[in-house]
Amino acid sequence: MSATPCTSGRWQGNSLSDMRRRMVDRVATGLCWAATVLVLLMLFSILFVLVRNGVGGLRWITFVHVTLPPGQGGGLANAIMGSLIQTGLAVLIGAPVGLLVGIYLAEFTATDGRFINLVRFISDLLLSAPSILVGLFIYMIVVVPTGHFSGMAGALALSMLVVPVVVRTTEDMLRLVPLSMREAAIALGAPRWRVILFVCLRAARDGVATGILLALARVSGETAPLLFTSLGNMNWSVSPAAPMASLPVTIYQYAGAAYEDWTALAWTGALLITAGILMINITVRLGLGRNRK
Amino acid sequence: MDRSATSPSALMGVARGNGDAVFAAIVRCAAALILLGLGGMVAVMAWGARGAFAAFGPAFIIDRAWNPVTQHFGAAAPVFGTLVTALLAIALAVPLAFGIAVWLTEIASARIAGVIGTLIQLLAAVPSIIFGMWGFAVLVPFMAHYVEPFASHTLGRMPGIGPLFRGAPYGTGFLTGGMILAVMITPFISAVMRDVFLSMPAVLKESAYGLGMTRWEVVRRIILPWSRTSVVGGIMLGLGRALGETMAITFVIGNANHIGWSLFSPGNTIASLIALEFPESAMGSLKFSSLMAAGFLLMLISLGTLVCSRLLLRTRSAGR
Repeated sequence: MSATPCTSGRWQGNSLSDMRRRMVDRVATGLCWAATVLVLLMLFSILFVLVRNGVGGLRWITFVHVTLPPGQGGGLANAIMGSLIQTGLAVLIGAPVGLLVGIYLAEFTATDGRFINLVRFISDLLLSAPSILVGLFIYMIVVVPTGHFSGMAGALALSMLVVPVVVRTTEDMLRLVPLSMREAAIALGAPRWRVILFVCLRAARDGVATGILLALARVSGETAPLLFTSLGNMNWSVSPAAPMASLPVTIYQYAGAAYEDWTALAWTGALLITAGILMINITVRLGLGRNRK
Repeated sequence: MDRSATSPSALMGVARGNGDAVFAAIVRCAAALILLGLGGMVAVMAWGARGAFAAFGPAFIIDRAWNPVTQHFGAAAPVFGTLVTALLAIALAVPLAFGIAVWLTEIASARIAGVIGTLIQLLAAVPSIIFGMWGFAVLVPFMAHYVEPFASHTLGRMPGIGPLFRGAPYGTGFLTGGMILAVMITPFISAVMRDVFLSMPAVLKESAYGLGMTRWEVVRRIILPWSRTSVVGGIMLGLGRALGETMAITFVIGNANHIGWSLFSPGNTIASLIALEFPESAMGSLKFSSLMAAGFLLMLISLGTLVCSRLLLRTRSAGR
């Protein structure tokens, strides 16, 4: 497909309109190159700025010390721990639900076709719904009734973002499992739920795991849903019932502050979180590429 | 089948034949949870917003005021800012995304396209708050020192479009917000476009090349007409993302309750307003309710856009 018979080589006619066509083609090709290069430059600019501003803070104390008032140093230990706990809980809550819904969408089409289309449609809407509104929602139904902000509320908000991602990948991966495999299992006398869980899901487990990892990567950088749910906490706290710090919220608070040590820590946190997320994404994509071969 | 003694259905004391029924009930409950999630969001927003709509009526949407002192609130400015920044983002992102998609599918060799395509998709994985910090550290000074003074000296003096480019070069504002959003949504739109372009039967393109069309003519006359519906769907998907974006916008929009012609002037969006003001509003106050009402409007706008997008894109996946 990369052969382009019209732009290279000799032209039969050399009339004015042919020249014009060739010029238009050249300009369009050039603009496509420019667009690609421009967006790649943005990516590298972001990575460069993150590394330049953030690498100075990659010291031992950043990882072992909690956040302190401005001017006293301190680290990000509570924020890192809080992020790990909240994203971990979010995946623990969201992934099973997403798995079940994905199974429903892929395996129950014969019986509940119309309802399945509705569920898939709504799940796709949730995939792109504004995340700050998810935060407001959880604030209203969890934080207000319980009377206080909590890490659990943050995890619940994030889990609402995990579910649609896992649904999508699980359904897609289950649809790749060949029909003959199901038929073989059913012929052996296995009930349908065993066929789905122990044959289909097992065959699709790499892809499903990929989806869960991508969901983890997506929610670990989310800030907006946490602002009104887990709030943030300056002290070391691992209890999901209490307000909990998280990297994105700490970055948000520190980046807007006028203290130099806080902004520096914000950049370090930003570098950490971006590096983590990109690492997950690259691993997943490399893994997928290997399996396809 | 001794092993079935440890299976979930056996543990629940259900006869072996009922395993399927139990499993079906469980997955149906999970599916209902999804509907409950979105329905609940809309309902809770509407419920929280009832105070504001009762106090201001439908005029809330076109009222420019946001004054906590006089307890007078309106959503006109944030709605305006949300729409302006999202439309600017689309105007900037669509040409970029289209160029990238054409480059990846028609110009680059498959191997290079794989690597570059992955890099561009990595941009989509970068969290929104990182875009905000980058925008504040890089884009805002760049706009304030170079782009905005230059544009107001040249474009700002032109009749007709002049007012769009006048004003103090703060660096923050609608245009910078739109630019940040454009960078964020370009990967999404280009991914959709790329998939559609790749799903096109190769014979169509090859026969067009065979007739002596140039590459651009193939793109313009063959690929684009064939994939128009899905391309528009992809653009709407990007628009839906841009409308609800919060953290990146909060850093660069300038956060002023303002409506005006100048693209350089600071403004706000519904999402940035909620992010900034919500922590300072007491539960049950009129301000709280007004913020919920603004959130409800954002919900309606973005869901409307996303529904259009999915309906346009569905023609493609209907065959599954």
